[in-house]
Amino acid sequence: MSSSLAVSTNLNLQAHPVDEVGIRERVARLATRSIKKASKVEGLKLALSMVDLTTLEGADTPGKVRQLCTKAIHLHSGRKDLPMVAAVCVYPTMVRIAREALQGTPIQVAAVATAFPSGMNPLAVKLEDTRYAVAEGAHEIDMVISRGDFLRGDYGRVANEIEQVKEACGKAHLKVILETGELGTLDRVRLASDIAMQSGADFIKTSTGKIQPAATPEVVLVMLQAISDFYRKTGKRIGMKPAGGIANAKAALNLLIMVREVLGPAWLTPSLFRIGASKLPNDMLMQLEKERTGVYQGLDYFSND
Amino acid sequence: MSGNGENMKSGRLDVRKTYKMLIGGAFVRSESGRALDVNAPGGKWLGHVCRASRKDFRNAVVAARKAASGWSNTTPYLKGQILYRAAEMLEGRATTFREVLQSIGLSPAAAKTEVTQAIDLLVYYAGWADKYLQVFGSVNPVSSPYFNFSVTEPMGVVAYVAGEKRPLLDLVSGIAPIVAGGNTVITLSTGRAAVAAMELGEVLATSDFPHGVINLLCGLREELVGQMATHMDVNALVTQGADAKESAASREACALNLKRFFPREANGKGDEDPYRILDTVEIKTTWHPVGG
Repeated sequence: MSSSLAVSTNLNLQAHPVDEVGIRERVARLATRSIKKASKVEGLKLALSMVDLTTLEGADTPGKVRQLCTKAIHLHSGRKDLPMVAAVCVYPTMVRIAREALQGTPIQVAAVATAFPSGMNPLAVKLEDTRYAVAEGAHEIDMVISRGDFLRGDYGRVANEIEQVKEACGKAHLKVILETGELGTLDRVRLASDIAMQSGADFIKTSTGKIQPAATPEVVLVMLQAISDFYRKTGKRIGMKPAGGIANAKAALNLLIMVREVLGPAWLTPSLFRIGASKLPNDMLMQLEKERTGVYQGLDYFSND
Repeated sequence: MSGNGENMKSGRLDVRKTYKMLIGGAFVRSESGRALDVNAPGGKWLGHVCRASRKDFRNAVVAARKAASGWSNTTPYLKGQILYRAAEMLEGRATTFREVLQSIGLSPAAAKTEVTQAIDLLVYYAGWADKYLQVFGSVNPVSSPYFNFSVTEPMGVVAYVAGEKRPLLDLVSGIAPIVAGGNTVITLSTGRAAVAAMELGEVLATSDFPHGVINLLCGLREELVGQMATHMDVNALVTQGADAKESAASREACALNLKRFFPREANGKGDEDPYRILDTVEIKTTWHPVGG
């Protein structure tokens, strides 16, 4: 408990009230940007290279994970001009299988840990969960914050958990999932972002994908602004990962636009921006094939995963 | 669409209808904001209808695809019930439809016949919905210890281009066999027939068809048929009254994804014909070991 107190005194929780109406208006304005033809193709390829291809089902099997890894490497047969995705995101017990399947590729393996998705376990269990995933070979850990503690106002405990998980990660990168769908207001999203960044997050991530709403453009914009403010104050670049409910190519391109507008081109790289998704790549591939062939595509012609 | 003389006298404002398309269960204008003039045969201007864009069509494909698996798994009996309900809804609005058809140039007698036939046609295919499977499916004799049977399966998403000659009947005679076969459909109505089609949307929307099973567009043939033929997520294209040039182009474009293509004459022959259902279903044959 002593470390908990130590952390809370380190926290600098300045209030950053969020102008909800302003955020909504800015999101709407950014969504009207239209990206066509060659820029669309480039944008989609960039977005594909930033995808964390995800499978987080109770029904996951080694076969399913291997299939996903194959997709991560070869997004669409017959096209050599496509990038590989940035990472594959799985449960800790699937990390070893994913590492084997991705051997020899630059694709990272991310594992969700800390009693994902609810986070309702004692800290000791969460830390063990994290150490296990790292020992299995995970390059990246996606942790969840304790929303219950956060909503009770026990920010010190939330920060302490993140710090300790960060320590347990060792060299692995830490993404902190805020689960914004359970936080309720944009003010709280901003506060949780600040806590996560100050406690050692390498990335902040919107959602687990298990709760709706997930990565709404409003939430993403607020988090990007928090990252921008943090960078200006500390000079540290924190990454951003929207995840959950990003279903189509247009939404993915809109995310790139927001990142470019709020954080600038430095963030338009897989080391600072990721998109967590499972179905999204197929929609982007359909758009890319449409640009190549001139005809609109159907899912029958893309891998079913 | 036109004003009401009585309202003029009483000083009450006309409540005029904006004819809208039906996409995914919603009544929508074209996303393009475009409209077409509709004129009576004499040239008298009647009003506007939407002019669907290619984007509207693609939106309709998304809606139809989303609805496809649910509708194909709906029991044949329920499909029949829903088609029958469409007949009931149309029957209840028969007077309105007669007026609409007359406003676009049909004689009172022709309008009456057309509405009656359209209702009867819906009842006809409602009856077939749970019977064509027995007729077109079969248990096949094979000389080894297997059950071998052939069953029908819907093709999926079907695009249908309706003729203009019989504004209501050309549309209904296309839709009914397609949906009875378990497919979802996107239709295109053109010219004056668009008015009857958009009116029909109100009937179909209250007949218990799940959203997206029937999507009604209106617009220009030359603008949309090409898109219907090339779209990889459309499994079959049925057209009525196409000229030779359009048919040739459609046939070629449909080869892209081995889409089935059925050009039909717009002569009203074969409206009542179970083989119309067979056009847009596939026959799947299964081998099953005896006692296995």
